Amino acid sequence: MNRIDQLFREKGGEILSVYTTAGYPDLNDTPALLRALQSGGTDMVEIGIPFSDPLADGPVIQQSSQVALQNGMNLKLLFSQLTGIRSTVHIPLVLMGYLNPVLQLGMENFLEKCREVGIDGVIIPDLPPDEYEARYFELFKKYGIHHILLITPHTSTERIQKIARLSKGFLYLVSDASTTGVKSEIGRHQIEYFQRIRKMDLPLPGLIGFGISNRKTFRTACMHAGGAIIGSAFIRAIGEEGPLEEKVKRFISSIRV
Amino acid sequence: MGFEIDQKGFYGEFGGAYIPEMLYPNIRELEENYLKIIGSEQFREQFRRLLQDYAGRPTPLFRADRLSEHYGTNIYLKREDLNHTGAHKINNTIGQILMARHLGKRRIIAETGAGQHGVATATVCALTGVNCIVYMGALDVERQSPNVKKMKMLGAEVVPVHSGNKTLKDATNEAIRDWINHPVETYYIIGSVVGPHPYPDMVTRFQSVISEEIRLQLAEKTGRDFPDYLVACVGGGSNAAGAYYHYLDDERVRLISAEAAGMGVNSGQTAATSLLGRTGIIHGSRTLLMQDEDGQIQEPYSISAGLDYPGVGPLHSWLAKTGRSTVYAATDEEALQAALLCTRKEGIIPALETAHALAVLDKITPGKEETVVVNLSGRGDKDMETYINRLSL
Repeated sequence: MNRIDQLFREKGGEILSVYTTAGYPDLNDTPALLRALQSGGTDMVEIGIPFSDPLADGPVIQQSSQVALQNGMNLKLLFSQLTGIRSTVHIPLVLMGYLNPVLQLGMENFLEKCREVGIDGVIIPDLPPDEYEARYFELFKKYGIHHILLITPHTSTERIQKIARLSKGFLYLVSDASTTGVKSEIGRHQIEYFQRIRKMDLPLPGLIGFGISNRKTFRTACMHAGGAIIGSAFIRAIGEEGPLEEKVKRFISSIRV
Repeated sequence: MGFEIDQKGFYGEFGGAYIPEMLYPNIRELEENYLKIIGSEQFREQFRRLLQDYAGRPTPLFRADRLSEHYGTNIYLKREDLNHTGAHKINNTIGQILMARHLGKRRIIAETGAGQHGVATATVCALTGVNCIVYMGALDVERQSPNVKKMKMLGAEVVPVHSGNKTLKDATNEAIRDWINHPVETYYIIGSVVGPHPYPDMVTRFQSVISEEIRLQLAEKTGRDFPDYLVACVGGGSNAAGAYYHYLDDERVRLISAEAAGMGVNSGQTAATSLLGRTGIIHGSRTLLMQDEDGQIQEPYSISAGLDYPGVGPLHSWLAKTGRSTVYAATDEEALQAALLCTRKEGIIPALETAHALAVLDKITPGKEETVVVNLSGRGDKDMETYINRLSL
C-alpha cells in the first residue's frame, strides 16, 4: 500500500506535513533533514525540487530555491541523494516541483526514479488537471505514484469534484488566494471554505497548506481537515544559524507537543 | 495547415495554460469572455476609435526608396514607430485596458523589461483613470531610468523586482504572483504574445491591426495586397504576430523572423530562442525556451532589452517548427550597423529591436521585382545612449 494511504488510514487526522527545499540550506542537507523531521514527529515530508522560476511561491521559498540552485542542486542529484533513504526514513515522501524540470527529465523517467527511491506522491502545481488526465494518468498508475492536486477557495464546486476524482492520497487545500508564505492568518471566510469542502464529503482526505505557520494555525487547520502542510515557516527556521537537527526539533515542537 | 489557435489554446503542440490552480478562475474568466468581448460592436468601436484618435493609426506604409536601391529590391516600412509612445506596444495595451473595463477590473498590473510595455500600460491607465502597478526587474530599473520616470509621471507605481536575475522574466513571475494574491479585482496586461492561453491569441488579435493595414496599403501602393517577404523582429513576438496575422495562411508570403543573436548564436551571450531553445514551460505556456539540461530557465542576452526574453510566443514556436516562418539571428553589431544604415538612408532612427529586423535584409535575397515589408516596430529615442556609445557618435 502507498505510504500516504497507510498514514491516513492509521492516523486519521492531525497530520503534519512539512515542506523542505532540496539542497537547502546546504547541498547535502536533505537526507539528514528527512531523518530529523521523522524523528521529530513529522508525519510526511514534501521535498521541493528547486526551480529558477517558481510562480506559485512567495519570497521565502523562492529564496531557498535560488540558494539550492546555486548550491548545485538538480533533479538527478536529488534522486541520487534519495537513493537508499528508505533504509532509515519510513514516513511518506512527496516530491513537489514545477513542470519544466520534470519534462526535461521526461515524465516516465521521472516516475520510474520516484518509484526506485521510494517516493509516494508528486505535486506539480503548474500541470493542469485536464492535461494530467489526458497524458499522464495511466503513467502515474503504472508506477504507483500518487498525483496530488490543489484546490483553492475560488475553485468551483463542479471543478472540486473533478479534481478530487483525479487526486490521489489527499487533496491539497490551498487556504487562501496567495502564493506560499505570504499570509499568516486563517480568517472566517477561509473557515467557511474548509467547512464547505468538508460537507462535500469528498472521496479523499484534505490537507491545508499556504498560511500555516505556527501552532495556532496548525490547530485550526486540524479542526477542519486531515492536517496541514507547513513550508515557508519551516524554511525560515532552518535558514537560521545552528545545528540542523536542533533547528528541526525546535520547530516541530513549536507546532505540536 | 492551420495557424489559428485550437479549442484548447494550442498552436500545434505549443501554447496551453500551464498555471497553478490559484490562477484558474482568472484565466477561465478571460478565456470564456475575450472573443465575445472583442467581437462586440461596442468594443470594436471603442478600440477602433482609440487606435485612430489616440494612438494615431493607421500608421503609414512607406516605400523606402534609398534602402530599396541599396538592396536592389522594393522595401516598404510599416511605421509602427509613429504610434503614440513610440512603438506597436500601444495597440495591445489599448485593447487590454478596454478588455479590463469590460470585465469590470479596476486594478491593473503589468510586467516590463526595457520599460516600453510599462510605459504603454501606464499611458492607457492614465487615459482611463485606473490604478497601475508595473513590475520591473531591479537591474532594468537601474538601466532604464527615463522609462521609469515616465511611468511615474504617468501615475503608475513601479515595483522593482529583486528575485531571480532581476530582469524581464522575473518581473513577469512577480506580476503573475501579484495576480495570484489579488485574483478578484486585478487584470494583468501582459506585454507580448506569451503567457497562458488566451493571452497569446488575444494579444495577436489586438496587434493584427498591423497586417490588416498592410494589406490595404500594399494594395493601394502596389496593386497587390501581399508582399513576397514580411520581416519582423521577435522577442516574445507581438509585433511579428501582428504583422503576420492576415498572411498566416497565405503561403505566397515568406514570413521572416529576426531574433537577437547577441554576441553570436553560439557565444553563450544570446537571445536566439527558436534557434537554441528546447520545448518547455515558461510563464504558463508550452513553447521553445532557453534552458539548461535540468530545465532551469536561462537568462538571455541581447543589446536590445526588448528581445532578451528566454522564451518566444507559442505561435512563433509553431511557425518555426512547421517551417512557415524562417528564423534568422542578427548579432548586436549587425543590428547596430543596420540601424545606422536605415538612419542614413531614410532619416528614420529605429529602435534596437527593430534594427534586428533590418539587419536580416542582408541575409535574404529578394528579387528586383519582389516586395519586402519590414515592420518598423519602434523608434530609437529610447536607445540613443546605446547608439551614441556603440557607434561612437
